Amino acid sequence: MTTITVNGKPHQVDAAPSTPLLYVLRNDLKLNGAKFGCGLGQCGACTVLVDRQPVYSCVTPISVLEGRQVTTLEGLGTPDNPGPVQRAFIAEQAAQCGYCIPGMVMRAQALIEHKPRASESEIRDYMAPSLCRCGTHMRILRAIRRAMKDMRTASVEGAR
Amino acid sequence: MLLRVISVLVLVAVVAFGGFYAWAWHSEIAPVRPVDASTYDPAIVAKGAALASIGSCVVCHTQAGGQAYAGGYPVETPFGTLYGSNITPDPDTGIGSWSQAAFRRAMHDGVDRKGQHLYPAFPYDHFTHAADTDIDAIYSYLMTRDPVQQQNREPALAFPLNIRLAAAGWQLLYLRRGEFKPDTAQNAAWNRGAYLAESLGHCGACHTPRNALGAEKKNEAYNGGIAENWHAPALNGNSTAAAPWTAEAAFQYLRTGWDAHHGHASGPMTAVIDGLAKAPESDVRALATYIASLSGTDDEAKSRRADAALKAAREKTPAIVSLASLQATTGKSGNTNDGAAIFVGACASCHRSGSQTPSARPVDLGLSDAINSPDPGNLLQIILSGIHPQARERGFIMPGFSTALTDAQIVALAGYVRTHFSDKPQWTGIDARLTEARRKTGS
Repeated sequence: MTTITVNGKPHQVDAAPSTPLLYVLRNDLKLNGAKFGCGLGQCGACTVLVDRQPVYSCVTPISVLEGRQVTTLEGLGTPDNPGPVQRAFIAEQAAQCGYCIPGMVMRAQALIEHKPRASESEIRDYMAPSLCRCGTHMRILRAIRRAMKDMRTASVEGAR
Repeated sequence: MLLRVISVLVLVAVVAFGGFYAWAWHSEIAPVRPVDASTYDPAIVAKGAALASIGSCVVCHTQAGGQAYAGGYPVETPFGTLYGSNITPDPDTGIGSWSQAAFRRAMHDGVDRKGQHLYPAFPYDHFTHAADTDIDAIYSYLMTRDPVQQQNREPALAFPLNIRLAAAGWQLLYLRRGEFKPDTAQNAAWNRGAYLAESLGHCGACHTPRNALGAEKKNEAYNGGIAENWHAPALNGNSTAAAPWTAEAAFQYLRTGWDAHHGHASGPMTAVIDGLAKAPESDVRALATYIASLSGTDDEAKSRRADAALKAAREKTPAIVSLASLQATTGKSGNTNDGAAIFVGACASCHRSGSQTPSARPVDLGLSDAINSPDPGNLLQIILSGIHPQARERGFIMPGFSTALTDAQIVALAGYVRTHFSDKPQWTGIDARLTEARRKTGS
């Protein structure tokens, strides 16, 4: 048994320690936000956050997650109450087929948390590991810039 | 009496310094007006382009995201950071006002047009051996590039190294001038390769260890050195490559950055390969002939040993049809720092036999130099940052694990990989090297 903490909740998982986190999220915990793309850490569709940093869940064994915090797409918001990055992706209609989008949202979330005023080239560099084959990159970039603005405004309002 | 001794000592010192200064003094070479690029012979320009590729000039003379040859690339040395200079033909900030004679002097003697000494981060201890006609061809090539106005950055060196005359002292001690002398006992390809490697290619700048003053230890040529925090492996008889380097393997590697018996180039070597991919094939073959000969010339015997090494490495690679079966049998300790479990979950989806990965071509790890090296630094940097193609280029991808794995987990993984895949003794001090690698890679 391995214990992993996902979106703040501890889960006892009955799987081999070397099982990739992605399989446990989707098959055991029924958290289907993260997608299986290549299974080789090349495309980014499976991206989740571990201790608020992006990782490829398809090549991250659950054994390494003891005492660490996993955040998935489901941890950012719900369909009724999406988080700010999710709202921005919806507002910009950034998805075409949508398969890469959960990974894009998670990577964007990490970027904005660590670098809320990232420049255009910093955004592009940071997002480069996540691939989109439909070609909605321009909308994805717009969504990230919108989310940055929204989150800055929100934090200013929160400070008042 | 004491006064007399002191005055004699002072006199000796003054005369010695005067002599040194007179030796070190170089006059300015008069500036020239740039001539139109069309006046240069295209055939000579093409030859210069090929030689500049072999010399990897563009690497240190271009900063990240900057224009080619406009300078600004930080070269980190134990003495401080120096910045590649602008070698575009811009007359004010580049070398547009340099005559061919001034360019030759810089390459041969490490002295710029104005007579200032250049620091040996610019490897003129190698370029000094290049033929004048080759240097002139590189001059023609550089003078026909687009001029870029970009000021040079002053080196960040501590006193007394920040005084340019210190470079003259270094030259007095270590600069051995003279064109390359062919070895008549060797064939033409070997001699061509030796010439290119020892002069413009400056292979020893990374693959030969350096002394306390930063000069290559000539009696330990190609014994392995340090390049930008990467370990540049030994190429001589002390090579730790599991499969010996034959001329053919060295050619494949130098030309494409990949060889079946050695795997991918990584670290600063990838930039060298980018240059060699553009060089004439015959020159790359010549380089390969020479480099392979450094660790022995019996290529038949080497090939047999390489095949045996490949077979042994294949046997150590997890042979699995399904990942699930391996997951069920390996690394079941439940310990979060179990290297075997981490390997199976993080690495084996690509690093296993029968792996059909379209975008990666992993070598059997038993053959990997990063794993057989005396220093764990290269493996740690690859685990942290992965392997990525150059921007806008095709290439192979290995993801980095700097965020997925903790330090203790990376140390455990590196230890497991070394023990499982290599016959060499276990590494010590992996954690200290990891701290350094994290700092260098900013992860």
